[in-house]
Amino acid sequence: MTFWETFCLVALTALKSLVMLSALLVFIAFALLADRKIWAAVQLRRGPNVVGPFGLFQSFADLIKFVIKEPVIPAGANKAIFLLAPMVFATLALASWAVIPLADGWAIADINVGITYIFAISSLGVYGVIMGGWASNSKYAFLGALRSAAQMISYEVSLGFVIICVLLCAGSLNLSRIVMAQDTSLGLFGWYWLWLFPMFVVFFISALAETNRPPFDLPEAESELVAGYMVEYSSTPYLLFMLGEYVAIMTMCALGTVLFLGGWLSPIPFAPFTWVPGLIWFTLKASFLFFMIAMVKAMVPRYRYDQLMRLGWKVFLPLSLISVIVVAFVLKLTGLAPGA
Amino acid sequence: MKLDQVARGLLLKEFVSGFVLAMKYFFKPKATINYPFEMGHRGPRFRGEHALRRYPNGEERCIACKLCEAICPAQAITIEAGPRRNDGTRRTTRYDIDMVKCIYCGMCQEACPVDAIVEGPNFEFSVETREELLYDKQKLLDNGDRWEREIARNLAADAPYR
Repeated sequence: MTFWETFCLVALTALKSLVMLSALLVFIAFALLADRKIWAAVQLRRGPNVVGPFGLFQSFADLIKFVIKEPVIPAGANKAIFLLAPMVFATLALASWAVIPLADGWAIADINVGITYIFAISSLGVYGVIMGGWASNSKYAFLGALRSAAQMISYEVSLGFVIICVLLCAGSLNLSRIVMAQDTSLGLFGWYWLWLFPMFVVFFISALAETNRPPFDLPEAESELVAGYMVEYSSTPYLLFMLGEYVAIMTMCALGTVLFLGGWLSPIPFAPFTWVPGLIWFTLKASFLFFMIAMVKAMVPRYRYDQLMRLGWKVFLPLSLISVIVVAFVLKLTGLAPGA
Repeated sequence: MKLDQVARGLLLKEFVSGFVLAMKYFFKPKATINYPFEMGHRGPRFRGEHALRRYPNGEERCIACKLCEAICPAQAITIEAGPRRNDGTRRTTRYDIDMVKCIYCGMCQEACPVDAIVEGPNFEFSVETREELLYDKQKLLDNGDRWEREIARNLAADAPYR
């Protein structure tokens, strides 16, 4: 490859990433508003409705507010790590979007270990949390970070087994090929959410725990730890943590869409519906998952810490482990296993 | 019992019923009012910001009897009185209310023999400095002019019960 070819490839990838990231961030700005609106609606409130029509520009107003506020750095904090932590957290959250296929062939990096990559990157996010909690030099932030780290690690285990179930059915680690494996004549009913329904539920709940969403928002429990590991943060660093959190939630929505809801595929596999661009189906499905996550926040009370750990280690881990074995056996015995 | 619980857990019974309930509330009319754009109801006896009223001919009502100053439990009112220059009738030369001290009990309004000092329906008078809350006579008279219509209506509505 000549220099110019390499240069063009890098430039093209950079351009793609830029378009992807700006679209993603704008989508998340509205998702954040939707989250608050849904929460408000279930509680018979109105939610933010002053900035712009129906409050549509609320997230952008919040962005400006965060950016122009003074970043307060505690005197006892380790300044370098304190400022590095939110950057690590937000960057890693954004990085996982590189492999997500938004439509047929629309992934920035269509790598063959896509799912392993996402899993690795989202695990690294724990470091941002721990660094932030430790560098704050505050006992509340530290306790929040410990809780968060323990929680994220616990649920990653069952999440891993859930993903293995899907991989057994799809026969590939490549996210695009996982979607293509769900492309059957059954449409909606050929996707894995139906065939692996218990695993879909485990995935959804683990995704909530993994992203520190309610009912598993113990790390930032308002009534006990104020904001958990973020308690000493303000201004832009805080914004980065919040952004990272919501990007991680959207990543989980996208991952759920790819693994269980057939990615960009049309739910009804014939003419007028298959003409709709894949990106629209993908966005609709991811938005549906996000809506469910927002509803869960509105309707489920917070778990106690021991309940959280019991659910993770004593319910989900055995359940997903058994499922891996059952799925493997069924695939082997029926000869449905891909490549068999 | 245990098996029953597990079966219900696996079928997400509680999640589904919770979701249905939440969706019912989702589409219910909102319980909150759209505050800065719409106001909640305030009764005629609402005790808000103070105002000094005038007679319809523009004459100020207050005759400097100092009953309000005497009854004020927070001692927030300061009055100085003297004969007026043109006709020699007794009027206030100074009428100050410290709105920071005031407890909005409405005793001044009860004590006033001529309905001069009243607590109007306005409650949106927050300011950025403490000094702005030390109201003088001019400020109170201006309030009276601005809120006269609402104050008169409220007094009329409340009159049969006094």
